[in-house]
Amino acid sequence: MSNQQKHWEKTRGLLFITLAIWFVFSIGIFLFGAEMNKVTGPFGYPWTYWFTCQGSLGAFVILIFWFANRQEKIDEEFGFSEREDE
Amino acid sequence: MKGNFIDNLPKVYGIYTGGFIGFIIIMAIAEQMGMTAKAIGIAFVAFTVFIYALIGWLSRTAQADAYYVAGRQVPTVFNGMATAADWMSGASFVAMAGGIYFKGYGYMALLVGWTGGYVLVASLLAPYLRKFGCYTVPDFIGTRYGGNLARFSAVVVLTVASFTYVTAQINATGTIASVALDIPFQYAVYVGLISILLCSMLGGMRGVTWTQVAQYIVLIIAYLLPVFWISNKMGAGFFPHFMLADEVARIGELEQQFGFVKNAAADLKSVPKGLAGITKAHSAVNATPWAFISLALAMMMGTASLPHVMMRYFTTPSVKAARKSVGWSLFFIFLLYSSAPMLATLSKLSLIDPNLPTGIIGKTFAEVEAIDWYQNWNQANLMFISDFNGNGTLELNEFFMGGKAVVLATPEIAGLPYVISGLVAAGGMAAAMSTADGLILAIANAISHDVYYKIIDPKAETAKRLLVARVLLVIIGFAGATIAAMEIQGILGSVIWAFDFAMSGLFFPLVLGVWWKRANRQGAIAGMLGGLIAGAWYLVWVRTGGSGFLGITQLTFGIFGSAVSLVLMVVVSLMTAEPDKATQKMVDDVRVPSGKSILGKSH
Repeated sequence: MSNQQKHWEKTRGLLFITLAIWFVFSIGIFLFGAEMNKVTGPFGYPWTYWFTCQGSLGAFVILIFWFANRQEKIDEEFGFSEREDE
Repeated sequence: MKGNFIDNLPKVYGIYTGGFIGFIIIMAIAEQMGMTAKAIGIAFVAFTVFIYALIGWLSRTAQADAYYVAGRQVPTVFNGMATAADWMSGASFVAMAGGIYFKGYGYMALLVGWTGGYVLVASLLAPYLRKFGCYTVPDFIGTRYGGNLARFSAVVVLTVASFTYVTAQINATGTIASVALDIPFQYAVYVGLISILLCSMLGGMRGVTWTQVAQYIVLIIAYLLPVFWISNKMGAGFFPHFMLADEVARIGELEQQFGFVKNAAADLKSVPKGLAGITKAHSAVNATPWAFISLALAMMMGTASLPHVMMRYFTTPSVKAARKSVGWSLFFIFLLYSSAPMLATLSKLSLIDPNLPTGIIGKTFAEVEAIDWYQNWNQANLMFISDFNGNGTLELNEFFMGGKAVVLATPEIAGLPYVISGLVAAGGMAAAMSTADGLILAIANAISHDVYYKIIDPKAETAKRLLVARVLLVIIGFAGATIAAMEIQGILGSVIWAFDFAMSGLFFPLVLGVWWKRANRQGAIAGMLGGLIAGAWYLVWVRTGGSGFLGITQLTFGIFGSAVSLVLMVVVSLMTAEPDKATQKMVDDVRVPSGKSILGKSH
């Protein structure tokens, strides 16, 4: 397998992990919205309510930065990082 | 000098922010010295619009590269701010807290959808389109799939989605200009339009970028300052985001106590159009999982398909910067979106809690009608009370309010000085203007670059191309304003439709263009046109009394449209020949950040 194929395989792997986490916070937890909302969560808000106000939103911000860093590492590993002069 | 400006950005915008805060303080002092509310409103809107116009003029350019992609040198964090302003429209600013106030949990699917979409943008599209080096979104479609028909189809989808969106934004600038400057709406719409064009006409994307950063600073101060102030004034907590649990619980208690009494249809006839009462629980789960998830999903996929957002990531210096910039965009959006539910909570509690001095539920009608702010907002057609059961006491189902009032009136209800209301007007104007600018530019650029230059006259010189781009900008702006002046639809409805149109036609052709090498021209054209037509058909069908299926409503018709688009694209691609070697090589090159971009620096 060529260097580029390996790079793409790893990139795709990262995509699936990222989308899996995204799925949990955007769809997964809201499947159980009614049940989860009965439990008190962070700062005293009901759990589901807190996720829609802050939790999921914040998780997405962190997820994107995490993804960007991981992808940079993958690019470096296979020598596909951009050079400054490009 | 140009490099100098980029290096000095933190300083330039630091001074700008300081100057704006100084302006707020001067206005506050002027208010104490007797400046009228009306004069403060005019000063706020006029001063900020003047600054934006000045930035627009300073950013004027005659180069295609600067006009279409701001010279590809916008630093990560600043591009994040510009995207946040581009993204947060008049609807986010003025209508979102109101929506949460009335519909509670079910409505908050929009919060999740309008933020979660950025994960898709960052992981599926933005870095790859940046590597591609395109000027517009149809530029990517046209080059990846090849052929004028593919390019043209993308322009069609882009125009339908963005135009639906832009009329709502011009409408919002008109509403705010008409209130703040006290002129009739039909004229205010054109005042708004001229302000919008001043930012974008001379400098194109470069002008829009630097005004959007300035607009973000105004709108975020204008949103957060009142939320914190009101929370502190009510004694609800010094940092509302972490401290409103008791207030949320208290609203739940009051809902139990008052009950959601349904009004008779005959009674509701007397309520002015556009006003609503509280009929849904605030924090309790009041929507089925599918209703919530389908709305969130439609908004997420729509986010990743809207060209005016995507083209912001064409302006970063590198692929790496494009990825990081998506993170910053969402961070800046998060600051406002996480505050909207807090504002809705504070606003609702201050109105309905009889234990608070501002609470009006449980008071007699004579008492409420004597309150200053009630009279003001009743006159503005945003509040209304009616004693349906004739007992003389105001009850929860006898109080009606417009969605905009949550943002616009809460500062006054909480007893904040008028300078805050002026600030909020300036913020709303900034939010609507920045989004309108991005949208008009997206449409005009697609038509000037992809239709005029790439299809009609590929030999046109830069000067002529930019002239065409500017003329189109004005024409599209005026068309949008003319439709906005007719006031066909509410702000929020048309915004949501724009997402559905965009995802119906563009989501899969864009994503598969990068992630599926086998996707070819025939498949993409079928996907774009088929998806758009299917989505539009579903919308018309539901609007004309159709029952719909799978719980897909007129707000989520994009789910149907994009499903049709996906199926058509895969089936047609597999039935026709695979893309040629050169195209496959192109896709390989897009997938790695290093190396030259697919399209040259000037193309």
